[in-house]
Amino acid sequence: MSERRIRVIVAKPGLDGHDRGAKVVARALRDAGMEVIYTGLRQTPESIVETAIQEDADAIGISILSGAHEHYFKEIIGLLKSKNAGDIIVFGGGVIPEGDIPKLVGMGAGAIFGPGTSTKDCVEWIRKAVGEKRSKE
Amino acid sequence: MLICIELSRNSMKWLHHSVCWGIIFPFAGRFTNLSFFEAQFSQIGTLSQKTEEGQCSGKGRFKVSEKEICKALSEGKKSYDERVAKGLGKQPEMMETFTTVGGIPLERLYTPLDLEEMDYCRDIGFPGDYPYTRGVQPTMFRGRFWTMRQYAGFATAAESNARYRYLLENGQTGLSVAFDLPTQIGYDSDHPMAKGEVGKVGVAIDSLADMETLFGGIPLGKVSTSLTINAPAAVLLAMYIAVGEKQGVKAADLSGTIQNDILKEYIARGTYIFPPKPSMRLITDIFGFCSGNVPKWNTISISGYHIREAGSTAAQEVAFTLADGLAYVQAAVDAGLDPDVFGQRLSFFFNAHNDFLEEVAKFRAARRLWARLMKDRMGVTEPKAMMLRFHTQTAGSTLTAQQPENNIVRVAIQALASVMGGTQSLHTNSFDEALALPSEKSVGIALKTQQIIAHESGATCTVDPLAGSYAVESLTNEIERQALEYIDKIDKMGGMLVAIEKGYPQQQIQDAAYQFQKAVESGDRVVVGVNKFHVDEPGGGRDLLRVDPSVGANQEKALDAMKRSRDNVLIRNRLDAVRAAAKNGSVNLMPVIIDAVRLYATEGEICGVLREEFGEYRENIVL
Repeated sequence: MSERRIRVIVAKPGLDGHDRGAKVVARALRDAGMEVIYTGLRQTPESIVETAIQEDADAIGISILSGAHEHYFKEIIGLLKSKNAGDIIVFGGGVIPEGDIPKLVGMGAGAIFGPGTSTKDCVEWIRKAVGEKRSKE
Repeated sequence: MLICIELSRNSMKWLHHSVCWGIIFPFAGRFTNLSFFEAQFSQIGTLSQKTEEGQCSGKGRFKVSEKEICKALSEGKKSYDERVAKGLGKQPEMMETFTTVGGIPLERLYTPLDLEEMDYCRDIGFPGDYPYTRGVQPTMFRGRFWTMRQYAGFATAAESNARYRYLLENGQTGLSVAFDLPTQIGYDSDHPMAKGEVGKVGVAIDSLADMETLFGGIPLGKVSTSLTINAPAAVLLAMYIAVGEKQGVKAADLSGTIQNDILKEYIARGTYIFPPKPSMRLITDIFGFCSGNVPKWNTISISGYHIREAGSTAAQEVAFTLADGLAYVQAAVDAGLDPDVFGQRLSFFFNAHNDFLEEVAKFRAARRLWARLMKDRMGVTEPKAMMLRFHTQTAGSTLTAQQPENNIVRVAIQALASVMGGTQSLHTNSFDEALALPSEKSVGIALKTQQIIAHESGATCTVDPLAGSYAVESLTNEIERQALEYIDKIDKMGGMLVAIEKGYPQQQIQDAAYQFQKAVESGDRVVVGVNKFHVDEPGGGRDLLRVDPSVGANQEKALDAMKRSRDNVLIRNRLDAVRAAAKNGSVNLMPVIIDAVRLYATEGEICGVLREEFGEYRENIVL
């Protein structure tokens, strides 16, 4: 039996309009054979989590360049847990100071990819993380 | 016809000491069909007398025929190409093909042969003259430097005010206000969508009270201010006018710019509120109102900056920006405004990327193409309405989080390109912007970079000094050609509004962005410190600017107190007046909005009314 394709939500929470990174990552994941759902701009944490659960996603990638990352990671991860969907992997990228990364990881983010990250690294990390997640299911 | 044949020996001698087209060309009027090509050859013919015998075949130094020189040059080029081809076996070049960052193929060598079709007077001309290829002012930076204008704003109005004063004390010559995202999208700081965003990417402005603090101690009659605000531009401009009134400065004496460019928000930047039609009405209302009341104000800054940041090529940046410009001009003409009048107050905003020659060419091409479009397509006769005046910002997307100090060098190269391209004002990015908002130290270095270019580099002493470079002129022609091709395509689609609806510019930009990313990942494009010359750095510990997390709560508290202290019945009346004007397309919205902000109606309240009347734009997702 062939394994189900990896399904990822690429999300832009909040008011930030910088979508170059989100769209480049979405295309790279798609080219790597994953199923990608890009939410578009101005999503609330509720709508992102709702989409992820409905679509039975393996992971949510959050792109934030506005400095509001702490707020949105906390909200999204909290909502996932409260809806018994804490197994959905959360990762992210954008303009996020290095010093903030441990805090986001502490909240439950799997990885933060800063500017200059190769999309290949991103793809490999997701494959590995989803593989580990599925082996526990 | 060669000019040297007709010139006296004396004037030829004079030419020897002034090997400069600007001097050759006063004679051009006598030769109506004088082509750029001929001009080049006459220059070579001239030089041949000064240098050794035998150059350019040495045949009758002043009586060489065009055909002969042309033949000599073609043969010279052919022989060069053959020599190079032989040598390549032993010493190959580093790449098979070279292209600009924007993907334009580059020749190994450019010669006059590449400019055969060019006509100096028609295509290049003189600074301050149509088609403005060489600049919009006759003396450019010999008369006055560009305005050094650092985009800044964060947290509260009081903190941003302190940053503005710091910049002004350090020699900055204009202000540029960055608003936070809730302000840019028409939400007050207490709106649920504003949570986590207040004061983050710019200053939070809810009402005139914040705007008064923002400009406290800064005389609005003496500085020029740029407001980066688009969807709610009318409201923020109204507040600026009201602050001016309180300082005793008449609207007619205010100078500055509002970005007010909604089309690029749909294409690339994302801070839209209303659908295209009412958005275009707000824009043309501002054009109309300012023509009569705020005549020194630049009513729009048609922006390619964000289009480029989103990943477009240089030619696409020019194309989509000018296509947006044409859409605004058409909308205003349809609203009954005179393009010879409002056309004078249009301004532009471009990106300065890493590819130095391509960028210089881009600015020159944009100027020439806009002048031609305004004259030929829009029938404008007033020269000032054909001039493309522009602000430049260095390219944020080229800044690396790795070895961030390298960004100082990138910014310097980009800034120099914008100066060589004849910018009217400039923002230089701070080296730490891939990490966070810039710190005071990094902003200081960015501003000093401009001052070093202005006062130390010498690049400002000659107008448009790279003109006449075979490479730069060739690139200028190519960017204009590509841009015009896009504009024609957009025209055929039915104009920029239709093209945006179809996702055309969005798709083009995304494709270019993805191609660029792939080129970086394959190593075809080197980014120093990222995919080559990487060094391990100690992480963290940098002196980054942090916005105090209590800003949001404090701003909400202040807003609440302000709302309780004002006359709320009067506010409701004023908001009703805004609603009535919104319903009536033949009324200008600006006066009623000014009335409302004077009484401290908030931005969110006014935009709330307009949201109810106009509806909201929904993104057309293109992937």
